[in-house]
Amino acid sequence: MPTSHTAASETETTSAEPAAEAGQTQQPPRGRPDPARQRWLSVLAKSPREELEALAPDSLHSLTWRSLRAPEIGTLMLRGRTGGDGAAFNLGETTVTRCSLEVEHAGQSLIGHGYVLGRDKRHAQLVALLDALLQHPQQREALETCVVAPLEAMQDARRRRQARKAAATKVNFFTLVRGDD
Amino acid sequence: MASDTATPLRPGFADPTLNAQQVFRRLLEAMAQPGTLSELDCPLEPPRPLAPATAAAALTLFDGDTRVWLDGQARSPEVETFLRFHCGCPLVADPKAADFAICLAWPQDFGTFAWGEAAYPDRSATLIVQVERLEEGPGLRLSGPGIRETAEVAVSPCPADLAPRWAAMRAEFPLGLDLILTAGRRFCGLPRSLTIAEA
Repeated sequence: MPTSHTAASETETTSAEPAAEAGQTQQPPRGRPDPARQRWLSVLAKSPREELEALAPDSLHSLTWRSLRAPEIGTLMLRGRTGGDGAAFNLGETTVTRCSLEVEHAGQSLIGHGYVLGRDKRHAQLVALLDALLQHPQQREALETCVVAPLEAMQDARRRRQARKAAATKVNFFTLVRGDD
Repeated sequence: MASDTATPLRPGFADPTLNAQQVFRRLLEAMAQPGTLSELDCPLEPPRPLAPATAAAALTLFDGDTRVWLDGQARSPEVETFLRFHCGCPLVADPKAADFAICLAWPQDFGTFAWGEAAYPDRSATLIVQVERLEEGPGLRLSGPGIRETAEVAVSPCPADLAPRWAAMRAEFPLGLDLILTAGRRFCGLPRSLTIAEA
């Protein structure tokens, strides 16, 4: 997919697409983001592949699905903002792998999308498969409790651990006397 | 609940890079040798009502920088979803603003599309016109660059006044439109440099 000059438009697609393509079951109308799906896609995308493989149900391997967009590697422009209200600037590009597929499950066809950082195609495919299954009303609850919730807990733990490590190196500066008053 | 499957999404090329290169080659041949039909050589199941050749040309030529206009028959949620997903192309409502157009019926007036400017004749539209049948044989008589003497191609349906309309456009050369005719899995190029007569 994208060479670097198309990366900017890819950025938009990433955020817009999973919601726009939702169009299944009791999803909100097209183009309106579905907060539940945004949450699980965010959790899945940030989970390392090993954790996904470990927690994914066995039924995932016996699914019938077809590829809509085979896993492909491209780049995304990361944008940042200086301070809270500064102008946006381009931080740099990062490698992203994306994949879209259609799962046939219990008479329903569900479209799943996976976007992950890095170059691991299987990783993106796993996210897409889980995303598709999570849209199935009968699968959602079980998957939420067995896959998404534990992944989220592990992410939280990771974040806290890192925050603790960072906090331990924090240095506080005090100004005892200011020269001007 | 699961009332309708919303708009089903069809897969694009099996191998996007390789297949797009193959189709690009076919389109180059079609444009370089008008009247010689070229054929799509990779599998593709496009959304109805697009023919495989039409969808293949779209997947090959459209991207985020090309504005695409669809005629009334081509404009369906399924086709729009397909093009947005696989090509990422903006779909425009104004044919004058389009770089490419997909026409499932012959346009009434070529003048509704951009013909380019005298300084930039390349700023013109390319129309992908899908017809039911394309054969080499008596029909339209083509002559011009890329054809030794004349070439004949049978196009159906084909508007009765195509030759005079084409001649009117040809008078404005180098301004004008380029056409890619598609039918089933076949392509036929009609670049603006052609002269078309009824055979």
